[in-house]
Amino acid sequence: MTAFFHHFMYDFRTGLRDKSLLLMNYLFPLGFYILMGLLMTGLNPTFAPTMIPAMILVAMMACTLLGLPNPVVESREAGIFRSFKINGVPALSIVTIPVLSSCVHIILVSTIITFTAGPLFKAGIPVNWGYFVLVLLLTAFTFASIGMLIGVVSPNSRAIVLFSQSIFLPSMILGGLMVPSSMLPPTLYRVSLLLPTSHAMNAWKGLAFGMEPAFDPRWALLILLSSGMIAFALAIYLFSWDSKNKQRDRNPFLALLTLIPYVLGAIFLVA
Amino acid sequence: MADDVVLVKDFRKVYGDTIAVDGISFEVQRGEIFGLLGPNGAGKTTIMESLEGLRQPTDGSLNLLGVNPTRQPNRLRNLIGVQLQASGLPASMTTQEAMEFFCAYHQVAPRPDLLLRLGLGEKLTSQFSTLSTGLQRRLALALAVAHDPPVVLLDEPTAGLDVGSRVELHEVMRELQARGTTIILATHDMAEAEKMADRVAILLKGKIATTGTPTQLTATGSGLVKISVSSEAASLLQETGIFPEVSQQLIKDEYVIYYSHDAGETVPAILDYLKAHGDHLVDLRVERPSLEERFLEITQPDHSNGGMS
Repeated sequence: MTAFFHHFMYDFRTGLRDKSLLLMNYLFPLGFYILMGLLMTGLNPTFAPTMIPAMILVAMMACTLLGLPNPVVESREAGIFRSFKINGVPALSIVTIPVLSSCVHIILVSTIITFTAGPLFKAGIPVNWGYFVLVLLLTAFTFASIGMLIGVVSPNSRAIVLFSQSIFLPSMILGGLMVPSSMLPPTLYRVSLLLPTSHAMNAWKGLAFGMEPAFDPRWALLILLSSGMIAFALAIYLFSWDSKNKQRDRNPFLALLTLIPYVLGAIFLVA
Repeated sequence: MADDVVLVKDFRKVYGDTIAVDGISFEVQRGEIFGLLGPNGAGKTTIMESLEGLRQPTDGSLNLLGVNPTRQPNRLRNLIGVQLQASGLPASMTTQEAMEFFCAYHQVAPRPDLLLRLGLGEKLTSQFSTLSTGLQRRLALALAVAHDPPVVLLDEPTAGLDVGSRVELHEVMRELQARGTTIILATHDMAEAEKMADRVAILLKGKIATTGTPTQLTATGSGLVKISVSSEAASLLQETGIFPEVSQQLIKDEYVIYYSHDAGETVPAILDYLKAHGDHLVDLRVERPSLEERFLEITQPDHSNGGMS
């Protein structure tokens, strides 16, 4: 337990100490939040009521999709995981700790956004704080697990950019962050249900902000939970200590199993 | 043997079509420094990584203090300390964090005394990436021995270090040996192996070409002794092939260098020659072949002195 604690504290401090992680964990999401608060609340009147969940989701994606995977690939390539293995650091710790520390960074940024967006930008405030926190924790876990899975299956930094951006960019456009998903054409709306952000927004709207959800938000929670658990389990299963040692080589395409809950949602949740 | 700490028997490792290690056997005894020498691709790293439990043998057996490295990795952890060739530490980890981190996983108290002993006392809060190569190597060694393992595996421990740092790391290795720690040292540095190792194995294409103490190995080579002579009148410079047992003669600066099969015959003949020609000896050196020369004889027979005779 002491070792796990030391490892966690080191990993958490790295998220503040490392310049690129600091950028992704704090500077970019908070800068984006202020910019959107200044611009979008004036331009788009539908933005303010959902500003808090939208900006939290941007923070989550920056931390987990743009920040988390790179150190995983770099550590594997630099032989750091080999050194960890020799010294008895379990694979479970290597996968779990960055997921947990990312969740802590997300909670800190989310707290700043949640408690400043109302006074600063007249953003909508949650009406059910219990569900707000539940959706926050669940979505943070899901995104962190997906980010770790991307790090585990990516052979290099270029692959990380490809995989991360294939979630990040569509989520920004179609994920209900800037414009409500209900305003999308039917085909694009179906596509948007392949994205975790669409389900998180739907769950927050329906359960925490007292707004009309597009579909039963409990389905959204189930989809987020199941995909997060699949991604986390696959990250452990597919983790390799050493890119040069193919002894424990497992098919990285198994990572696509994480999409199953979203595909089912896109098929069955659209009337 | 009862005091064998490391036992490698018929160890073979194959990657696809490549045979990295081809059925080697050796043993290392308690408190011994055992050198693994060989050119790139000879199989040193594969042997080290297999002993560390990172790779599974294709055939044969490995045993460290009764533990099979690949089948019993959890028992292996506290028995070995490893200084990897690559850094093996995250760039942003500080010296103190690294010590706490690894000691926590080995379930021992951190060893600030080791950091002080290795000159890292003022670098406790420095991140790994900001340390010089020498300090990074020292930290890696401190972490490798912090849990007081009975076996330490060092992969090129002094590569890229200045002379002072090398000497200091050699002193630490001697201290470890004096406490009964067994050290397996993989190195390209023949002088280091000759100075530090009690026994060495020279690897070539995955096989042990020869093994023994450095003295034994240098004695079993071509047998040529290097005799360097400098005289006031330089009378030797004009003469070739006049001394007994000499197989090769070179001129370098003001020295004439003879490679002799029997220095006992050659040296008196040189001295007699100088006396007969009224010349006076300025310098005479008799050197046995170094481990490096023996290594070259084995690994590159066409380029060694023996091969030029």
